[in-house]
Amino acid sequence: MATATPRVRLPAIAKKGDIIEIKTLISHEMESGQRKDSAGALVPRKIIKLFEAQFNGHPVFSADWNPSVSANPYQSFFAKVEESGIFEFAWTDDDGTVTKTTAKITVT
Amino acid sequence: MGETGQISRRNLLVTGGALLAFGPTRADAAASDAEITRILAGRTAKVTGLTLDVPSIAENGLVVPVNLSVASPMTATDYVRAIHLIAPENPIPLVASFRFTPASGRAATSMRMRLAQTQTIVAIAELSNNDVLIAQAEVKVTIGGCGG
Repeated sequence: MATATPRVRLPAIAKKGDIIEIKTLISHEMESGQRKDSAGALVPRKIIKLFEAQFNGHPVFSADWNPSVSANPYQSFFAKVEESGIFEFAWTDDDGTVTKTTAKITVT
Repeated sequence: MGETGQISRRNLLVTGGALLAFGPTRADAAASDAEITRILAGRTAKVTGLTLDVPSIAENGLVVPVNLSVASPMTATDYVRAIHLIAPENPIPLVASFRFTPASGRAATSMRMRLAQTQTIVAIAELSNNDVLIAQAEVKVTIGGCGG
């Protein structure tokens, strides 16, 4: 599989106490383990099972994903920002691979 | 009196896990009922407060948008811990569990799920005060999104 490419969208600046929306997307086939290939053999499961978002080291939101999550999983959520800082996003694959990205926000 | 099976089933579900008693014809009823019972953990779910927004008709079961939200102040003492999303007719009924913190600011999330067939989606929210909220919505699926 090609490397999973994450994409994250959130405002670059916000006011103290604002609740901002964060939209994330990662390219991943989310192979459910239910599908059969052309030879009739079950295609083994391979999904991202955990998504986590932290702000300045504190957990904001996380999601446990199961095979019913669509391919190229989209996940949006909110965060209340009180100070400038860095969001860290992590997607953990069944095989233990963790894909990470960060985003900076300036809070005035 | 005069209640249809549908209404009594809903009432039973509200009383917590009693859905079991009305086991519908679905093949994996046991799996989804077990999941709901596990999440409720003996608590009685309220049918208000949790918004489960799904399309009534999904042409493509591979990508069905879901919006979930609970009106909550999201303070350190009063917040939504988690929302669980269940598609009872899918081979693996539990779609996802979304976990919030007071730093979430708002207990709302959007994602996209696969649906194997037409079914009634169930969402369950767990609050910090141990309250449990439940919501259901039917999605008619034209082309299934699992297997194949």
